[in-house]
Order: sequence, then C-alpha cells, then structure tokens
Amino acid sequence: MSAAGTAVTGGSAFTADEMMTACAARALRDGMTCFVGIGLPSVAANLARATHAPRLVLIYESGAIGAKPGRLPLSVGDGVLAETADAVVSVPEVFNYWLQPGRIDVGFLGAAQLDRFGNINTTVVGPSYAEPKVRLPGAGGAPEIAASCREVIVVLRQSTRSFVDRVDFVTSVGYGDGPGYRERLGLTGAGPRKVITDLGILEPDPQTCELTLTGVFPGVQAGDVAARTGWDLAVSGSLDLLPPPSEAELSALRALKATIPAQERAA
Amino acid sequence: MAEIVPLAGAVAAAIRDGDAVAMEGFTHLIPFAAGHEVIRQGRRDLTLIRMTPDVIYDQLIGAGCASKLIFSWGGNPGVGSLHRFRDAVENGWPGPLRLEEHSHAGMANRYAAGAAGVPFAVLRGYRGTGLEGLPGLDGRPSVLPVTCPFTGETLTAVAALTPDVAVIHAQRADRAGNVQLWGITGVQKEAVLSARRAVVTVEEIVPELPAQPGAIVLPGWAIDYVAEVPGGAHPSYTAGYSERDNNFYVAWDAISRERDSFRRWLETDVFALAGTARAGAARAGMSEVDPGS
Repeated sequence: MSAAGTAVTGGSAFTADEMMTACAARALRDGMTCFVGIGLPSVAANLARATHAPRLVLIYESGAIGAKPGRLPLSVGDGVLAETADAVVSVPEVFNYWLQPGRIDVGFLGAAQLDRFGNINTTVVGPSYAEPKVRLPGAGGAPEIAASCREVIVVLRQSTRSFVDRVDFVTSVGYGDGPGYRERLGLTGAGPRKVITDLGILEPDPQTCELTLTGVFPGVQAGDVAARTGWDLAVSGSLDLLPPPSEAELSALRALKATIPAQERAA
Repeated sequence: MAEIVPLAGAVAAAIRDGDAVAMEGFTHLIPFAAGHEVIRQGRRDLTLIRMTPDVIYDQLIGAGCASKLIFSWGGNPGVGSLHRFRDAVENGWPGPLRLEEHSHAGMANRYAAGAAGVPFAVLRGYRGTGLEGLPGLDGRPSVLPVTCPFTGETLTAVAALTPDVAVIHAQRADRAGNVQLWGITGVQKEAVLSARRAVVTVEEIVPELPAQPGAIVLPGWAIDYVAEVPGGAHPSYTAGYSERDNNFYVAWDAISRERDSFRRWLETDVFALAGTARAGAARAGMSEVDPGS
C-alpha cells in the first residue's frame, strides 16, 4: 500500500492517512491531558474525543485549555477553540504554568526530519543554518513540549527524506545520542514513546532508545518500512499487525473532516 | 495618556525607520491594518518581533520593511510556508533578513521579562536543541544556561525583549484610551508593557467599557496611541466582532508564492487603500457577527 493509496479490509476502503490518524487517536486514553498541534495531531485528538476518549482534555498553545471544537480548526487560535474551552489563558501562562511543571500527559508533534533517536528538525534543511536549502517554520512550542510533556507521540509520513540518519538541526530533543541523554539535560518528560507513520509504529528500544519498528498496518511488510527509512531500521522480533480503522473510527473521522469548509480543504 | 488619533497618525508618530517593532496577537487580534499602514508609509530597516510572523510579517517582509526578524514559528498556520519569509531567508529578496530564532516558551518569557523590567527570564527549555547555540542579532547568544542560586540546578536564561514599539489590536477602548481585549489574548499584555511605545487599534471606541468576563484592561496611561479601525485584524479576527477568514489564509499561499503576484496584491490591497483597512476587509469578504454575540 502506498502513502497515497487505499487499502480494503473487511469491506471498507480507507487511505493510509486515515489509518495513521486512527492509530494516533488510539494512542490517547480517555481522561488524558493532551497538548495538540495543528494538522494531523489535532485531527487525531478530536477523533479520539469523538470515539473512545470523550473526556480527553485538549490543550492548544494559544491558551485554550479543554477545548471541545465541534469542527476542525485551521489554526491553533481559531475562535471555536476559545469559545468551547474550559479556560483561556495567556501564552506565557500556558507554557509556564501548564506545560513546564509536567501537568500535561502527552504532546503530539510533527516533524520535517526525524532521526533514530527521535530527535526532531522543523527548522532548516541543508548543512548550514545560515544558508539553508529549505527554510522551515521553526520551533514553535515543540522544544518545550518535547521536553516537558510526560510523553510525546510523533506523527509523520514515512520517507527517506523525513526519516534521516542525522537531522540537519535539532529543534526538539528526543533521546539525543542515546540512553541517559535526557536525564543529563534534566528533561523531565519521558520523550517520544511512539512514532506513528503511514506504514506502522516505531517505539524506542528500552535499552538503546533507538526507534524500532514494533507494528505495521494491514498489507505492510517490515521491508517496506525499512525501504522508506534513512537508517538501518531495527525491527522488533514480535511485530504487531495493527488492526485497520473500524467502521466507527472511519465514520467519525470522515464526519470530522466534513466540518472543514471546502476552500480550507484545498490547503 | 493615550491619544486617540487616526491610524496613519499613530503609525507616523510611533514607528520610525530602524525601530524594533512587536506586532502581537496569537492568531486572534493580529493588527493587520496597522501593518498595512506601516507598508504604505514605507518604513525601512525594521527589526520585526513576533512569536508567529504569520501572514502579517510575510507581507511586511515582502514589502521590504524589515531587515531583521525575531520569532519562534514562521509558517502559515494549517496551510504551509510563508513564501515571502522563505524568499527573504533563502534568496535575500527583497533584501537580506537576519534572524534571531527562539521557541514559543522562550519568546513568551522574553516579553514577560521585558514587561517586568528585568534583563532575563528563567525557564526549563532549549536544552539540547540547536537553538541554544545560535547567536542573537547583536552576535551574542540570547539563550544561555543559568545556575539556580538556591538548588544549583541548571536552567535556561533568555534575554528580555524591549521593543521600541508594540502594536496590538483589541475589541474596544473608551475615550480615555483604556483598552479592553478578550478571547485568546496571547502575549499582547506583555508585549505592550515591554515596549517603550504602544499603539493599539480597536474595533470601536465607546463612552464607557462594559463589564466583560475574562477581559484584560490596559489602562490608557500605559498606551501612547489608540486608533479606531473596525475590521483592523482581518484576515485574523476579533472575538465578538468577526471570524477568522480562513479562506484568506488559504488564498495567501497562491498570492504570496511568486514575487509578481505578491507585488500585484500589494498594489491593489495595500497601496490603493489609504486610510483604514475597511475596504480591504470588505474586498476579501470578511464575515462579521454582531458585537457581543
């Protein structure tokens, strides 16, 4: 199955993006507090809230705490987030009082580049910061989300361009250069516990911290994932076959997507 | 005490070539009309400061107003790249743009330190990231490790931001220039109090500020100029007055992608519209709701 392709399981067709989103949503448990970025993380968190985790607490860096949007926002500061939130606080407050002390269970991050230790680059592509080949948006809230959320889930499509042997810039720290790195820096959160892609799930090896393929989506082989990874990918001895999206997940996800106006969907 | 003046007068009086200018508003209440007035008045060599440069600084950068940028996330939210920002960084068009780059938490704390009148703020952050080692605009780092004098723990210090001017948009002001804003209030209070001068555009000037739960009030004596600019946040929005024009943010991707299409937009949507942003808002199909709804 290709990233843009569809798979058919149990009579219903779904895209790789839908599989990835459903898988990300399943990683969130009911009652958790979740720091949500825009894009796929926001879709997945709202899917979780619409299905198995109605009491999931969504926190957006704009200061909306406990947002319950009825439609998917385009930005972290859409009015619907503030209007439906339990509390709206200032940006210094959301970072200093809520994120920094470790009150938030899980942070959802994307990446442009990711290495085998889950270090993330969203800053520049190319060997030189001063003269980048591609200027990316930069850090935003990610460095402190990666440092201080109790755990982090990273969501991104798998390719050799994004899963690289060495990130061109460390915007957000995963496991640095391996075991003990986070502890030496005093980073309080546990770091990236799951990397969810359009092919499967990678999790850090408990001994080495190296991201290891632990699960694949229907129709995907470990070799397919290795072929789209820019380092020699470690594969777990007991590889999970991850169940396809259920009818309930698919219908909830499509209903959420249908809340996005057509012009925005073009984005 | 705040003077209530037309927008063009406020910009002319408060913002000079070479100034460090913070136009804040986190997705909500972004002072676009004031930004367009800065473009029309042809300001140059500005140091632009903003957590999320957003479309407003994409416009100012593309128009050649800025030589430096202090920021933490330079994308078009939910859409993609800021093409004018990228063109400036990657190709030096229309001129080189020097960067001082931070995280959101760092920027928020830098404003808070500026507002508090202390030279730095302390946080847990940046450790192990490439941002730690980057030089600031003055060539010296603006992020350094600091040892807690009580526990000996290593934390991170970020240098205070003290802009020459802060510019924000708010819901309303009274005739004494007391300003009231609510909804997502971002870092605007900190930005205003960190700056030497402050300009506020408002949806309306009212005889008396009605009670508003959760609102911030900035006293008129802490502000220099207030200008009434209805729709002045468009395509951003003003809670209680307008909705975010997400279609414009999506459309900006195509407008800004090429230098020519961007120049045409500057001519038709900025230079041709002296005065308030009202015409620009109408042109882009701004949706409005009744105040207070």
